[in-house]
Parts: sequence; structure tokens; C-alpha cells
Amino acid sequence: MAGIAEKPLTGNLRLDGEAPDIKEYEGRGGYEALRKALKTAPSEIQKEVKEANLRGRGGAGFNTGLKWSFVPMGEDAPRPKYLIANADEMEPGTFKDRLLLERNPHLVIEGMIIASFAIEADAAFVFLRWEYALAAKRMRKAIAEAYGKGYLGRDILGSGFGLEMRVHVSAGRYICGEETALLNALEGRRAIPRSKPPFPQTSGLWGMPTVVNNVETLSNVPPIISGGAEWYKGLSRSEDGGTKLYGVSGRVRRPGLWELPMGTSAREILEEHAGGMADGFRFRCLIPGGASTEFICEEGLDVKMDFDSVRKAGSRLGTGTMIVLDQSVCPVAALYNIERFFAQESCGWCTPCREGLPWVARLIKAIEDGAGEPGDIEVLLEHTDSLWMGKTYCALAPGAMEPLKSGLDIFREDFERHINEKGCPWKKDRRRRDA
Amino acid sequence: MLSDEERLEIEEEIGRYAQERAASVEALMSVQRRRGWVDDETLGEVASMLGMSFDELDGVATFYNLIFRSPVGKNVILLCDTISCMVMGYETILAHLEEKLGIRLGQTTADGLFTLLPVPCLGACERSPVMMVGEKLFPGLTPERVDEILREHGWRG
Repeated sequence: MAGIAEKPLTGNLRLDGEAPDIKEYEGRGGYEALRKALKTAPSEIQKEVKEANLRGRGGAGFNTGLKWSFVPMGEDAPRPKYLIANADEMEPGTFKDRLLLERNPHLVIEGMIIASFAIEADAAFVFLRWEYALAAKRMRKAIAEAYGKGYLGRDILGSGFGLEMRVHVSAGRYICGEETALLNALEGRRAIPRSKPPFPQTSGLWGMPTVVNNVETLSNVPPIISGGAEWYKGLSRSEDGGTKLYGVSGRVRRPGLWELPMGTSAREILEEHAGGMADGFRFRCLIPGGASTEFICEEGLDVKMDFDSVRKAGSRLGTGTMIVLDQSVCPVAALYNIERFFAQESCGWCTPCREGLPWVARLIKAIEDGAGEPGDIEVLLEHTDSLWMGKTYCALAPGAMEPLKSGLDIFREDFERHINEKGCPWKKDRRRRDA
Repeated sequence: MLSDEERLEIEEEIGRYAQERAASVEALMSVQRRRGWVDDETLGEVASMLGMSFDELDGVATFYNLIFRSPVGKNVILLCDTISCMVMGYETILAHLEEKLGIRLGQTTADGLFTLLPVPCLGACERSPVMMVGEKLFPGLTPERVDEILREHGWRG
């Protein structure tokens, strides 16, 4: 097993699945990055993280140091300021933050403390989905341990810097992962997104400067501080710094999650790490980074899985957790499943998303059930335009249109067959086999 | 009526925030942990503790998938119905659950033991299909495994 030098996020995981307690974490160099950070100027930490080219692992890929740099600093800055770890992981097919929260909670916490120090935050929240009950338990225990050792609370390690931290357990809604919706949720309001600008860095939680970072993003901060930006960039096979937690689900031999150099190709992840397709299943295509990204087929598999390369290949890295569709899955049914999810999870605030997504879902369902009509594909295509970026309040509906747009292109024939044959060829096949 | 214990817990949560309403979700969950769901009368009492109107708090409560505004069974089954679990055959598991429990999605068994609900991606896609019963995650489901899990929770089928 590669050590922490090559796998800073997972190199020290316990093999029994438990989370290391604070003693064990410290024994492997844990909280040394925090000690180092507290002797550095916050602006220097921001600079180091920016130079490391750590890009937001929630899916947007924005440079983390740059994101922090918009927070007003110094004595005249409005206080209190807030740092929030976005642990509301609910992007379909995504299961990476769960691993960090459950099995490396102190790394997440150390990253949060350093990030808070870098933006001079006074309080930090872990915004966690209810379903991650084990993560809640382990994070709360680890936070209590960190308080006990003086890594949290007033005057941390005699630095004069203080930070309070707690876990907020949400109650299940995909939109809460959108950072401004998350702020409304924390304030006890319906979690609808806010208009931007102003951005949270200047006007966030209760109108105060706030940074919201993904769990995996924050976990990368301690290694950057310990090893430096140059070392961190060297971990990667691309321009984006560091490693990435890549996952594969679906009919492959070994579904799972691996920390690999950023820029590892989709083919290597699929074939070497996930072991290729399971016996009896043939590859059709994959969704590279959670449900809200475009499909990649066989000819695109050599794409390097980093933000810019996947973008150039016509999709998005997203969360870096791939969903493999095999030939036994009807692509129309798969798209219905995806669009139904987005329709259900639309917060209902803006009309195109609230009305458009259920329309899209119903139409795909009709096609799947054999009630599709000529012209339906064109209506779906129209929606990929009318629910696109700039026409809705937040990125939920455009995210829902990404798989639909590429799906209508690469599965066009399948859609047409459903309409012409008045039913799902996959279902008919299954019925024939069963009979 | 809120019990003293519930009231105390909610007051403690309120005390952690500068604004009372920030404790909305924690307060509703305090009630739900004890009663399984949140009825109108209790929601009204919680709302006045938070300085909110009934409708405001109901607006928050009904926004979430996991705050229940109608009665649920002793064990709430949350079955993931999202894409990775679909590829791995959650539909077979759903049909099996519906048959064994004699209910459809969204319903509660007559003996009040189980409520069956769909849930968006549970973030355990490498172990699909998955479901939760209460706060516990059950991965790698097969019809046989589902029967075992149901039995562990008091099912006598």
C-alpha cells in the first residue's frame, strides 16, 4: 500500500475500516501542518494553496486559494467570519466524501482549521447529510478530541487564533449542496439558492463573509501546507495539483474508490483499478463525474481525468466518480432515472427548473413506456436549451441537461427505436427471455 | 404537547445560534427522534419557540425529504432508487420489498412495523444496491439479504 507521501488523503487509513483516534492521527504526523500554518501569515497560506492549484473537488473546479482570496481580511473586516465544510454529498453516483468523513475525520478537521485560519474565520460548520449517520458520529467524536487537545477553541496552541466548530446535520435535499442554498439551510430557511453577486466570501452566512468548501478539497489543505505547493503539484499528472479520489460504480469487476494522481486516464481507472467489466456485461458508456455530467464512450476513454482535459473532451470531471452503463441497461430508462432525480430535487424557486424538469422526466418516461410520439425528441432538445446556463437561478437544471444533451446525441437511435416500436426493446428482450 | 426533555433540548440548540430560527432542523429532528414524525400541534409549539409562524416552519419542514409530517412505521426503510443502484438492479429489490411487506413505496405496513420510502443516492455506490433501515446502512442487497434484514427488525414473514 502506497504511503502518505503518494496518497496524502488515504495513505494512512486503517485497514479495519475504523477511524484513527487523535493519538493515532498525531502519531502519523497529524496536526503538524496546523502547527506550521499557525506560524505562517494567513495571506501566505492563501498564496501557497493558490499556487498548488488545488481546484474545488465538489465539481466546480474553482481554484481554492483564489476563492479564499475574496474574503475581506484584517482588522477592518466584518466579523464573525465563517468556514463551512460542504459534506452534503448527494450527487448521484458519488461516494468519495463519505470515505474521508468516516475514515479520516481528523484530516478533514485539520484542513478546516487551517482554512479557517487562512481566512481568519471565527466559526466553522460541517454541513452533513442526515443519511451519513456514521460520519456524524465519527466527526463529532473527532471534533471533541480536537477541542481536548487545544486544536479548537480559544487561542489554539498559543497562537492567539480561536475557532469554534460543530456539525450541522441536514435533513435530506440535494439542493443544499449548492453553496448559497446551503447558507439558507443553515440559517433555518427553505434551502433555495441566493442570487450571486454578492458572493458568500463577502456576504454569506447571516450576511457575513463565508467560505464553503467541499470535504475533499479541505482534506487537501494539510498536505499542501506540510509538503509545499511544488511537491503537491508533482503528485499530479496534469496542470491541476494533487491527487484525486476516483470512483467507479456499475457492472465492473471491482467497484470502488481510489486515490490516484490527478489526470489519471478514465481507461486506467476503469480497466486497471476497477478491473474492467464484470463477466457477462459489455461496456456501453460512462458518466465521468456524478449524474450531472455528459456521457463518455469507448473512443473517449483515454481522456485524462482532470478538470481541463475532461472539459476539452466535451464533459466535466465533476466529482470524479464514474457511473458505468453496460449494454444490459436501457439508456432511455437510465436517463429517465437521472432526470426524475433532478425533477424531484428541484427546489421549485425558479420556473424553468420547477416546470421544465418534471416535463422532461414525464416525456422520457412516456417514450420508455411506449407512448412516445414523433417530435418528442425535438421537445427534449428544446429543453436542453431553455434550461441551460443563464436561464435558471442556479446550476441544478443546467446540470440535469448535461447528461440529457449528450444522451440524446449518442442514444438517438435508441430513442427513435422506442418511439417507432412503441416500447422499450430491452424490456421486450427480457420478456422474451423470461417466456 | 412538547415534553420537558424536548423543550430543553430545543432550547439548548437555539442557544447555540445568534438567530433562533437557525435551530429549525435540529428542533424538528429532536421531536422526530422521539415520536417518529412531527404533528401539527407540536410543529406549532416548536414554531413559537423559534419565533416563527406555523407556516414558516412548515415551509422548512416540508422542504426536506427526511422530516416526516405524517405518521411512519417503527422502522423507516430508505431504498436508494438512483442511477448506480438502478444499474445494479434496485428494481428487483423494490419489487421484493413490496411483495414481502405487502405495501407500495410511500406506505406503512398494517402492523406499523415498516414504512418504505425511496431516497436519492446514499453515497455508497460501490456497494449498490443499498438501503437504510433507521440510521443503519445495508449495502450489497439481494432478495435473501433483504429477508434477513427484515427479520432482524421484527418481520415475521
